[in-house]
Parts: sequence; C-alpha cells; structure tokens
Amino acid sequence: MNIIITISITAFIVLYAGLFKANKALLPLTVVGLLTALGFTLAAWNGNAVHFGMMQTDNFALAFSGVCIIGTLLIFLLTQNYFHAKSDNIAEYYTLILFALAGMIMMVSYKNMAMLFVGLEIMSVSLYILAGIRKRDFASNEASLKYFLMGAFSTGFLLFGITLIYGATGSFDLDKIQDYLIDSKSISPIFYPGVILMMIGLCFKVGAAPFHFWTPDVYEGSPTLITTFMSTVVKTAGFAAFLRLFAGAFAPLHDFYAVPLMVIVCLTLFIGNVTALFQKNFKRMLAYSSISHAGYMLFSLIVLTKNSENNVLVYAAAYTFASIIAFAVLILVKQKTGSDSFESFNGLGKKNPLIAISLTIAMLSLAGIPLTAGFIGKYLMFLNVMGDYHMILVAFAILNALIGFYYYFKVIVAMWFKDGAEIELSTPAQYKVVLLVSVAITLILGIYPAIILNLI
Amino acid sequence: MEQLLLLIFLPLVGALITAFSGKTAKIVSTVVSVVSLGLALFIACNFIPNSSTQFEANLPWIPDLGIRFHAGIDGISMLVVLLTNLLVPIIILSSYRHDYKNPAAFYALILFMQAGLLLVFTAMDAFLFYIGWEAALIPIYFICAFWGGKDRVRINMKFFVYTIAGSLFMLMGIIYLYLQNPAQNFDIQAFYALNLDSAQQGWIFWAFFIAFAIKMPIFPFHTWQPDTYTAAPTQGTMLLSGIMLKMGIYGVIRWLLPIVPTGVQDWSCLAMILSIIGIVYASLIAFTQKDAKRLVAYSSIAHVGLISAGIFALNQQGMQGAMIQMLSHGINVVGLFFVLDIIFSRLKTYKIEELGGIAKVAPQLAISFLIIVLGTVALPGTNGFIGEFLLLMGVYNYGIWAAAIAGLTIIFGAVYMLRMYQNVMLGKTNELTITFTDIKGTEKLVLYIICALIIILGVYPKPLLHLTEASVQHLLEQINQKLTSVK
Repeated sequence: MNIIITISITAFIVLYAGLFKANKALLPLTVVGLLTALGFTLAAWNGNAVHFGMMQTDNFALAFSGVCIIGTLLIFLLTQNYFHAKSDNIAEYYTLILFALAGMIMMVSYKNMAMLFVGLEIMSVSLYILAGIRKRDFASNEASLKYFLMGAFSTGFLLFGITLIYGATGSFDLDKIQDYLIDSKSISPIFYPGVILMMIGLCFKVGAAPFHFWTPDVYEGSPTLITTFMSTVVKTAGFAAFLRLFAGAFAPLHDFYAVPLMVIVCLTLFIGNVTALFQKNFKRMLAYSSISHAGYMLFSLIVLTKNSENNVLVYAAAYTFASIIAFAVLILVKQKTGSDSFESFNGLGKKNPLIAISLTIAMLSLAGIPLTAGFIGKYLMFLNVMGDYHMILVAFAILNALIGFYYYFKVIVAMWFKDGAEIELSTPAQYKVVLLVSVAITLILGIYPAIILNLI
Repeated sequence: MEQLLLLIFLPLVGALITAFSGKTAKIVSTVVSVVSLGLALFIACNFIPNSSTQFEANLPWIPDLGIRFHAGIDGISMLVVLLTNLLVPIIILSSYRHDYKNPAAFYALILFMQAGLLLVFTAMDAFLFYIGWEAALIPIYFICAFWGGKDRVRINMKFFVYTIAGSLFMLMGIIYLYLQNPAQNFDIQAFYALNLDSAQQGWIFWAFFIAFAIKMPIFPFHTWQPDTYTAAPTQGTMLLSGIMLKMGIYGVIRWLLPIVPTGVQDWSCLAMILSIIGIVYASLIAFTQKDAKRLVAYSSIAHVGLISAGIFALNQQGMQGAMIQMLSHGINVVGLFFVLDIIFSRLKTYKIEELGGIAKVAPQLAISFLIIVLGTVALPGTNGFIGEFLLLMGVYNYGIWAAAIAGLTIIFGAVYMLRMYQNVMLGKTNELTITFTDIKGTEKLVLYIICALIIILGVYPKPLLHLTEASVQHLLEQINQKLTSVK
C-alpha cells in the first residue's frame, strides 16, 4: 500500500513542480520518490500483508514490484536531454510514467479482480497518452490511436471474462474463485468462456500472437524512451498479472487452458522470431523479438510447478535489463545518426568500444548465451516444460532460438565487423550509469543466479 | 583442488589483464600462457597415472538447480589439458609476426577461450561442461569474424549457428538426463549410474552425438569446416583445428560412451560408417584442392574421421590410439597451418600451383615442414605413427572391412600431403618464390618446438600411453559392465 501511495504522491509533486517551471528538480524528485518506494518494497518483504481484501503484498508481488521500480528508475535516468529536446511540458512525461507505474504495482499485487481492472486501466490510459505525446508527429499519433483502439478492445474482452467468472462464482476475490474451483462438484459452464476471454484480454496486453498486431507499429511510432518503458517494465507487469491469475486462482483448471495456451505459445514464438528476422530497423526488430520473448515467458504456464512464478521473474528481469541497454544505445545512436536502421550501427565498435561491448552483452543475453542472465532465463523455461516431457515443444523452441541468434547477431556484426561512418557518440554520465548497472545485473544474474532463484 | 582452480581461472584472469594492457598485450598474454603451461606440467608431474579423478574441486555454485562447480582431472582429461596449455603459448608465439589491429582484444579472446576449453576438459558436472562448451565458442567466433579474411561474416555466422544448433540439442539431452536423475543434479557419476532403457538411450545418443559430430566434424556435419578454416586468421584456424575439435572427441569419450553405452552400441555401426565415409570423402576432396589451406582443412576431416572410427570401435587399442592421436594431430595441424601462414605472409598466396622450389631458398623451413608432413602422414618414428597404428588396430578388431577402408587414409594422406610438399617446396623456383626468405626469430622457435615434439613423442610415446592407459581401461570396463547389466 505504501508503495502505491509513495509513487502516486511523487507523481503529483512532480506535476506541481512542472507547473512552477522547476524543470531541474523533476529528476531528483522522481528518483527520491522511486527509491523510497523501493525501500518500502524491501521493508514489506516476507510480510504477506493483505490490504482491505483488495491487494496482497506477498513476495511474488514485491519481487515484481521491485523489478518494475528498478526498471523505471533506470529508464528515468535515460531521460536526460531526451524530453527536453522534444517538448516543453516535460513534467507530464514524468507524471504519466509514474502513474503508469502505480497502475502496474496494482497489477502485480491484486487479490481482487476489480483491482486488476483498475490497475490495468490506470496503466493503459497513461500509456495511450505517452505513446502519442509527440502530438505533431504522425507516427506517434498513429501509435497512440492504434494502441488505444486495441487496448480498449482487449479491455473489453477482459471485462467480459471477469463478468462471466463473477456470474459463475459470485466473487471477484482470487482465493474465493480458487476455492470455488476446488470445492464445487460441477463448475458452471459460463466459467470456461470467462477463462478464455480473460486469457485473450491478457494476451493482448503482453503482445502474444495472434493478438500482437498492435506491437510493432506502436513500438516504432512511440518515442523510443516510451517504447523502452512499454516493452520492458509494462510487459513484466503484464506477465505478473497473467501469472497471478492463471498460476494462482485458475491453477485447478490448468488442463483446460494449457492446450489453447500451447497454441498461443507456438504461434508467438514462430511469428515473433520469423518476422524479427526480416526487419531492417533495429527498433522494429526489438519489437518483434519482444513478441518472441513473450512466448518463452508463457512456457511457465504450460507446466505449472512451484518454480513457475520465479522462473518468469528471472526471465523478465533478464529481458528487462538487456532491453534497457539495447534501447539506451539505440537512443544514443539515433541522436547522432537520425536513423534506427541496422546500418546506423555499422562500425560503432571502433570509436565507442565500451558502448559496443555493452550492447554486445545485451544481445548475447537476449539470444540466450551462457554466462548472461538471458541464458539462465531460457534454461529455466526449458527445464520447466521438459519436466512434463514436452519434447517437441522444446525442440520447436530451440529452432526458434536459433533464428533468434541470427537476428541478434546482426547488430553485433554491424557494430564490430562492418565499416561505417565511425561516429563518436556523446554519452552523458547518466547513460553510463544505466549501462553499467544493467550490464552488471545481466552478468551477475548469468554467472551467479542463485541470488534470485528462491525469491518467491 | 587449488591447483585445478588456478589452472582454470588463470587464463580467465589473464584475459582480463590482457584486455586492458594495450600495446603490451602480446607480452602479457605470452607470460600468462607460459605460466599456464608450467602449471599444467606441474599438475602432470604430480598426477598419479591411475584411473582415479585427481585434483578434484567440488564447490556449490547454483544449489537450487543442483549445479555444482565440480571439476577434476583423470588420465583422459590430463592429456587434453596438456595439449591445450601446450598449444596456446605456441599459437600466441606464432602470432608474433603479425600486427593485428586491437591486439589487446585478440589476445584476451584467446586466453578467454583457453579458460573455456579447460573447463570443458575438466568438468565433472554436465551443466559446467555446457557452460565451458559455449564459453569456448563465443571468443573463437569473434576471433574468426573480426580478424578473418574474405567473406568472414557470412562464413562465421554459418559456423556459429551450426555449432550452437548442435549444442542446444545437447542441452536438451542434459536436461533430460537431469530429470531422470533421482539425485536432481548434474554430477557425471550420477549420470553414469542412470538406468535408461534403449529407446531413451537412442534419443540421448543423438542429442549428444550431433553436437559432438558438428564440432569434430564428422561427415555429413562438416560443411561449415573448410570455409571457416580458410577464412579464419591463422591463429583462429590453429585454435579451431588444434584444440577446439578435440572438444568433440573428448565429449564422445567422456560423456557419450559411458552415459548411453546401449545407445552407442545400437548406433555405433552408423557412426562407424559415417566416420569411414568422412575419411574417404575428405581424402578424395583433399586430392583435388588447389589451395593448400583448404587441403589441410580437408585432411583434418580425414584424420578426425579415423579418430572417431577408433573410438566407436569401443576397444582398448582404438581408444588409446584416439587419445594419442588427439595430441599428435593437435601438434601437427598447428605446425602445418603455421608453415602455410609463413608462406602466405611472404608470398600472399595459398595456391599450390603458384608455389614451388621454396626448399632451395629456405632450407630450414623445408626441413621443418618435411618433419611436420611426415608426422602428419604417420611415418614410423614420428608422433603420428603410434596413434594411427593403434587406431587402425582398434578398427581392425571391430571389423576387417572397416579397417581396410579406414587404412586407406594412410595411403591417401601420404599421397596428397607429400604431393603438396613436393609442389610447394621442391621443384624449380619461380619468379614469386625466388624472393622467399628463410624463417627467423619466433618462426624458428615455434617450428623447432613443434618438430622437437613430433620427434620426441614419436620415438618415446610411452609416458603418454602410460598417462591415459588406466583411465581408458577403467572407462571401457565401466561401459562393458553397464552393457552386461542391461542384458
């Protein structure tokens, strides 16, 4: 509870600071607010408190809140000079991102489906505005409109599903729903379509195929920093919400939803990887590859084990920090070259070896090479589904991982092995901090993952 | 235990130091690799040649996943560890004549790869083995793709995707074994003790075999090899052919045979046929090569084919031969590539027909090259002989026909190797080769070391045989015991 209150208050303070043109104070205020929220997260560890029957801050919620807050913090550090160059009203950026974060904290810690809906809407509405915040830019407007229409549509599905489940069980409470599933002799027939509709709604939000069509355009059209936010932190929160419902309340129905989910996973992996392979634009490639990562993360729901939730946490953390590196470098490159195609990375390694090494580590992590966090994430997912001997699924995932190697290495090849303009990037100190922290987390989780494996 | 940890982590720390040593990287990396060699020799001297695992390090790493940092050295490991630590300083010395751009990165990657290789050769935990397996691949990919020749990016992408495809299926096999293991860990002894039925063993066999076959490479998984060897910088080629290829052979001996003996028995006939096809096929292609570097690349496929045939014969002679030949082949092939590199750096060509008569202007090179070639074609008295002899004996015990065809490798090898030597070194000098200058400085040093090793190991191979004998015998007993217990 403290976490949400802190974040919301910070958001309001920042908004008022903007009103009084205190632009210099925005970032310090936000950082202090987020660090306080992070402190509350740590303080509540192992507390497992239930707040008014609506939210439960168990370790699952706190761990995902932690990842979301740290991710947001790093993204805020990337704002230096970014928003200033684009708009006068930078306080709105800060406020909206903070509101979105508050929504996400609700999404990862809800105990009542009404809270899921409220959290999701707080997050989504903020993101609709953020996607379209460059109001004179055509692509940004398109992104915002597409995101809004698709998001509204998927929220409809979700609400419809919640309604049907309420009709069957008479409750929004996750524990009561689970009790209903375990205790009642015959489950009401309207419960099943409810589950499917909620699955569709959440798949929209996390960008799993075949509900992924909005992602590439929205990711490409939005300002890069917002894209970073959407494809990392937002996605993590979406998965946490997914997991809370399907690995928690709906777990007794696992046999029922596993089959459609398997279809979704296969489609997601295949479409994400194959389309990413043909992208000429780095940002679009990351957008499609984020679809394929959604596929890997859904592995944890195909076979439910006691580690499913923790596996997603590891994967989400690995993916979030690697993506933040990738997007941070993309922002730097785009500032210099004005383009986000693969060609603009050509020859980057010659003049900027440290940045190129960071991006290389990020790409290796996303591709899943050992000694990076991404490998541990993929390994856990494979281990999870192989526990139930889904051999063909794993073989299929391996083939997809191979495609992944191919397109992630495109960037590495461009940076190191191709000759290019040999531009020298101007890297602000805050970017250095973000890159350093993210690379360190990626390597530490890859070499000594024991620290995160038993969190939940 | 401390010695082994030092052995593995010394190159890793050395790589980090080298990476920040700028212009002095050559010297720093040489010192690190020579110290590593000294350490390996120290360990070899203190190694008791029986079948036990010595210098064992067994530390918790990721306890939640049953992963331990468990490494140790037995006779089989000892040999490849020696080979690795012997070849790395030679390879680094052989690069002294070059001025690679970004030397710090180049030498750091070589040392990083050495650490990965040592991890592979000492790992007693399947997960650790896999980590080492990939950790050796990444640096060599960068070495070949950054400092390589024409079309290096495309060729190395193929190499990379090919090998990683194999290793991912191996990972699937490892996870499967882990799930079968009631102790829920990756320990090699626990894997040895698993009781899998023959269908399971068949699947595991293929999951592992493809990874190893791609690495060696065995026909028909060899298509990445000639291009990669040709496009790589010479040191990359040496690392690939001298050491990296042994990862595949070592993997078969250490992991494939004892874990799934029934699977091996069921499929060994096919593996044997593939190996023998590889021998003949690669030899025939080597005949037609106009490019000396490609010729050596194909000859390497033929030699590896014989080694893998010897292993799949599943008897003492074949296995011992494979062990000795691993070492000999490593030394010889590095020597061959080094000579070709010397020629290329002076004349800018690998084309055999453009060369000739170099012996007249460079007698010292000619003699060294001759010794290496003779070692490669397994003349008695050179290091190649004892290995190939044992291998053929092993294959003969498996089947006379197999031995008859595999034996062709010696004849074929002699023909194409000596013909290459003749066309490159003998005959008349032409306008190009008349300018050739004889070897000097580090070139001399490296070639003399290699030639000395060829002759010493050829005349007196007993210490090596002694080193591996007990472990090989133990391995075969283990396999036979497991085979009979299944029946």
